[in-house]
Amino acid sequence: MTDSKRYVRPYGDTTGDGMIQTSFTLPIPFGPKADGAAQQLANKMGMDPAMVVHSHPIGDDFTFFVVYGSVKHLVDLDEVKVVEREYPLLSPAEVNTTLKKVLRRKLVVVGGCIGTDAHTVGIDAILNIKGFAGEKGLEYYRELKVVNLGAQVSVPELVRRARTEKADAVLISQVVTQRDAHILNTQEMSAAFREAMGDKRPLLVAGGPRFDPLMAAELGVDRVFSRGTTPGEVASYLVHAMQAKKGVAA
Amino acid sequence: MALLDLDPKVVATARELAARAAEPVVSIAKAHTTVAVERATLRLAGITGADSTHRAGDVPWVNRVIDTVREQCGLEHGVVLPAFHALKQHNLGTLTELAEATAAGQIQFKVPTGKDLTAARKAATSAVARGIRTVDRNRAQRDKLITRLGDPAQRPWIYLIVATGDIDEDVVQAQNAARAGADIIAVIRSTGQSLLDYVPEGATHHGFAGTYATQENFRIMRAALDDVSKEVGRYVRLTNYASGLCMPEIAVLAGLQRLDMMLNDSMYGILFRDINPIRTFVDQRFSRQVHARAGIIINTGEDNYLTTADAVDAAHTVTVSQLLNEHFAHEAGLPDHLLGLGHAFEINPKVPDSFRLELAHALLARELFPDAPLKWMPPTKHMTGDVFNGYLLDGFFNLAGVLTGQSILLVGMMTEAVVTPFLSDRDLALQNVRYVLNAAGNLAEDFRPAPDGLIVKRAHQVLGEAVDLLERIVDDGLLNAIADGTFGLMKRPADQGKGADGVVEKAEAYFNPASEMLEASND
Repeated sequence: MTDSKRYVRPYGDTTGDGMIQTSFTLPIPFGPKADGAAQQLANKMGMDPAMVVHSHPIGDDFTFFVVYGSVKHLVDLDEVKVVEREYPLLSPAEVNTTLKKVLRRKLVVVGGCIGTDAHTVGIDAILNIKGFAGEKGLEYYRELKVVNLGAQVSVPELVRRARTEKADAVLISQVVTQRDAHILNTQEMSAAFREAMGDKRPLLVAGGPRFDPLMAAELGVDRVFSRGTTPGEVASYLVHAMQAKKGVAA
Repeated sequence: MALLDLDPKVVATARELAARAAEPVVSIAKAHTTVAVERATLRLAGITGADSTHRAGDVPWVNRVIDTVREQCGLEHGVVLPAFHALKQHNLGTLTELAEATAAGQIQFKVPTGKDLTAARKAATSAVARGIRTVDRNRAQRDKLITRLGDPAQRPWIYLIVATGDIDEDVVQAQNAARAGADIIAVIRSTGQSLLDYVPEGATHHGFAGTYATQENFRIMRAALDDVSKEVGRYVRLTNYASGLCMPEIAVLAGLQRLDMMLNDSMYGILFRDINPIRTFVDQRFSRQVHARAGIIINTGEDNYLTTADAVDAAHTVTVSQLLNEHFAHEAGLPDHLLGLGHAFEINPKVPDSFRLELAHALLARELFPDAPLKWMPPTKHMTGDVFNGYLLDGFFNLAGVLTGQSILLVGMMTEAVVTPFLSDRDLALQNVRYVLNAAGNLAEDFRPAPDGLIVKRAHQVLGEAVDLLERIVDDGLLNAIADGTFGLMKRPADQGKGADGVVEKAEAYFNPASEMLEASND
């Protein structure tokens, strides 16, 4: 019955009450006027009635607020668009068997952080044998050959290594997002692969906490993974994509 | 007071093994120099500025000189002999003029002999001595300010990070943080900097997830903290990073601008930035000698092991790294009171008894290094974006910190791994610390873990595992252990990694007045 619901409101303690809580800071001194200002902002955000349940000064020029209230907005579930996982989740053993059958050789994965990004935590969580969230990383998979280039890999270097390693898939990670560095770097990367290798380019996969999976086309990559992605999901996707590729070729 | 009843013999064995593991690496470090050590030496001798006309953008003059000397006569005798010989030959007043002439192609460097050699040695020694005197004066000035303004009223000292990318914004945030209770301000570096083989110049406004470490940025921030120190009535310390490919140079700049603490780990660059192991050990030794002279507290990076490996399984690698860091630091002349050995609260909160395990690990560090200003670092790996849960976790982190007598507390942010902290996140984080300090700051007085309880047993177990691992490292050799992925699961062979081409074996007649003065001051 929940599945058939089209319109929903936030749930505080009663169905349909629309209750939410939020907190924010305004650049004004603490006092009754500040509370009034917070109230006004909450109203404009669609909270009505809004209760400023807490405020306190941060230094002389700022005030912090906690606000509870009911939002008048409705969520239309029919308008919600997300990328649903388009492939089945496989265990490492299933990944290995399928790859062996489909490729009859190891699948080569080249990964790294491109641009000035030195945060290897994401790529390492996916590639290192240690893995993430209780799942072993791609290095653990017998039928995967993993080349982790680490941090601050230049795009030409990535293309060169992908070529020499005969990479089937290239995984890049972007953690730093200041001034959209993650987007620009990824676009530069996908353009370089298109230019250098055309249709023969490897599968391109971008990952990072601030990526939106809907951005794949805009970024020029085949798949985007966001926050919380586990190595198993990536491995399963690679299998799925390889099968699709082989299917087309055959 | 000792609560863990550690066997002094086991502790002594652990230290002895660390010393044995480190010994071959120290020999290698002594036998080599690097482009970064030579640049650091010239910076002590007074070179400043950058070549703004170079097509690659601002290239520091020091890089131009070192690169040209290396090309023309090699660096195995050190840079100062050819540099100061050329200075005299061409009748130039300063090293910066020499750099300009070098860039213009007017200088042919050579290693001097005979009388020229004696003259170059003398000139270089007196120039470097001037730099060292500045470092000494800064140290005296820090002592004077601490006497006048005082240290923080409480332990642990409260350490807060600013990281806007723009030094001017950093100043605003840092001064506000000090007013709100921070005792130490760390300016996080731009994410790209550790792999730059030069130090950028001037005030900078466009860093990525941090602000470039430059001499001018150091000066600006230290001056701003001096102002706010007067206002809040305590000496607010400044921290930056002597890590990456420019470790020695940044150490020198920190000494010249009176920074107070520097991140400086013996193996971090190797493991987490894939910097060549030899380069790292050579650079690290020189940079630590400079820190020792400058009275700068180093902060080591053991937290990093726990973010890549499991914090329970890898607990002993933290202890091993602390012992190695301690040995390398002592060897470079740093006394215990300048050893901010690191560790972190990174056990998965879903593990049963995770808090008791954290207490065991934290107490072990405290009792192994009783006189070191230990740096206690907050959870990051298990901060999920659920800020409410994160706030609770940070509260337990703070409690563990006060209960186990940690010295420097890096304030945890509930927005860790979500966004760079809001003004309000920092304020809430400081409230969290203040509450715990106020409610439980003296709880250590009443805290006696049961002699046969989990905490004591766990501490003994971790120390035992650390000794076992150290034995394996001694057998295998530290460089091989690093190559095999013993630490943080990264495999780093000694002949690979970034910056390897900047390592130079010293000639018999190698001369570096900075090394000589720094070695002498450590005796």
